[in-house]
Amino acid sequence: MSLLIADQIGKNYQVGEVVIPALRGVSFEIDPASFVSFIGPSGSGKTTLLNLIGCLDTPTTGRLTVAGADVGTLDRKQSASFRGANIGFIFQDFNLLPVLTVYENIEYPLLMVQKVPPPERRKRVSALLEAVGMADQRDKYPDQISGGQKQRVAVARALVTNPKLVLADEPTANLDHQTAYMVLDLMKKMRNEFKTTFIFSTHDQKIVGEAEIIYMLEDGELKGKEVKGGKKNG
Amino acid sequence: MGNLFKIAIRNLLRYKRRTLLTASLITVGVVFVLAFIAVSGSFKNMMIGEITDAMLGHIQIHKKGYVASIDNLPLNLNLKAQAAARIDEILRSRKDVEASSPRLKFGGLFSNFAESTNVRLNGVYPEREFKTVPLLTSRISEGGKTIGKGEILIPSLLARGMKVKVGDPVVIVATNQDGSVNGKQFVVAGILEGVTGPGGRDGYIHIEDAAEVLRMPALEISEIAVRLKDFDRLQPAFQEISKQLEAEFRKDDKFPLEIHTWEGLTPFFNIARMIDLMTFFIKIMLIAIVLISIMNVMIMAVYERIREIGTIAAIGTLPGKILSMFVIEGFCMGVVGAVIGDIVGIGLVYILNLFKISYDFGQQKGLLLQASVQPTDVLMISITVIIVSVIASLQPAFKASRMEPIQALRHV
Repeated sequence: MSLLIADQIGKNYQVGEVVIPALRGVSFEIDPASFVSFIGPSGSGKTTLLNLIGCLDTPTTGRLTVAGADVGTLDRKQSASFRGANIGFIFQDFNLLPVLTVYENIEYPLLMVQKVPPPERRKRVSALLEAVGMADQRDKYPDQISGGQKQRVAVARALVTNPKLVLADEPTANLDHQTAYMVLDLMKKMRNEFKTTFIFSTHDQKIVGEAEIIYMLEDGELKGKEVKGGKKNG
Repeated sequence: MGNLFKIAIRNLLRYKRRTLLTASLITVGVVFVLAFIAVSGSFKNMMIGEITDAMLGHIQIHKKGYVASIDNLPLNLNLKAQAAARIDEILRSRKDVEASSPRLKFGGLFSNFAESTNVRLNGVYPEREFKTVPLLTSRISEGGKTIGKGEILIPSLLARGMKVKVGDPVVIVATNQDGSVNGKQFVVAGILEGVTGPGGRDGYIHIEDAAEVLRMPALEISEIAVRLKDFDRLQPAFQEISKQLEAEFRKDDKFPLEIHTWEGLTPFFNIARMIDLMTFFIKIMLIAIVLISIMNVMIMAVYERIREIGTIAAIGTLPGKILSMFVIEGFCMGVVGAVIGDIVGIGLVYILNLFKISYDFGQQKGLLLQASVQPTDVLMISITVIIVSVIASLQPAFKASRMEPIQALRHV
């Protein structure tokens, strides 16, 4: 069964009296434990699509089902709860909380969103710290670690709640190539280990090659789909 | 909840200078309010104490109409002996009454045999009077601390003006109810320091001497001063005594007595009210300081952390929890400001007392400032500051909690 079903979804933005279509009739399905990338030039609708999948926004038209829920029908509080339970986020600018240590940043969703008991929390956070290779940096604050390390912490934070889906909008945009590949390797490793679906957007052609399924967006429309090893139209 | 506090405190420490400035502003406000309350409270309590303990007593009972004519000291508005005795009996039966003192007040002529002047006199039973207004003895600057028969305590201004000293013979001449004049010789037993307020420059003689000067066949009483055991129970005691006397004396819808607390007998009550009003406005200013400073800081904090708010909202933090985070920051700042303000304020009051600051009040010179703050004042101010801090952070916190994560994440 598909984890994610987009059925003719569209998203319009109103700027003054002008309606700008950011997405037009986009349809696709993504299976669990996939490693998917949406690519396209700036303004193609990648971020808009990821925002819709992440329940940060609602589609203007069509129907979007994530983990069995029609996300277009969720209210503000339900969306927050749904995100907390099912979706992990990795941001381009890492977005770690500066007042929390590496350990506390990873622990945050378990503490403030899911209310996981302390022994379980410690177990999960420690396991992820080991998995992303940040165990020795656990007591450092974000301003004491490098960009690549921050993104590894962000990956751990996204995975700590055992989400069905992790969304990453341009996760490597602020990293050098070597670090970017390391982060993508890590994401893939985590996918293999936790069977979590990863969806990321990028416009970096070198990074795109790391994805197993690639969706191409242009002017808000899905222009094609490429599965590693062959190409087929979307 | 502990984690929310941890995050709030770390966020406050993140902007140390700003937090310090805001907390300092609250602290300064609390310190000034406490110092003002301590000093003005000291002045007010001294004033009330001087007025009630040196002259008026806490409650006074008169025949109806006497207070309106009190400047004339009318002899035709005295309480008859039987009524005075019944009132006395009622007052003695009450457990909350410490002492009561019947007074026979009259105006007369004071002569040192060379010259004469007007004088207002209180005929009293000395022991009862000293129990009812215990500060009266402390006002006796020269001479003995009692009044025997044939003796008179005279106010210092009169003594100086008439060049009279302790042990000198003087004559008191007064007109009685019939209009005839009578005189009696007294010996000056003591000089009384004048105090500001009604009766502050009256002389004192024994009540039996007063009756003799006024040629009263049966003793009449101008007023009965009452001292309560607990001044804080003034109003309930006043109500109860009034009811008791009404039940005893009211006939045919006419009540022949009037009963007043000290508040109704001296214009200084208005000064006490003014002090209370000023204290109230000082508290309002403190509230304004706390409200504006906390709100300003929290608005800044929300604006600076929009992306963080977007991040935690995207992660799934519920709006209520985001609201709590910011409200707790305001709460913590209020607590810190209030606690430090309390400590510094109490310290300042202690230091003020070490300097033994003196001041003058009317005729009284060199009164010692005894500033003190009550625990209830400290508690009330602290609670007010904390509540206002929370209220001030509600609007920015609400704004943060209602922020759309998608817009917050886009914020640069």
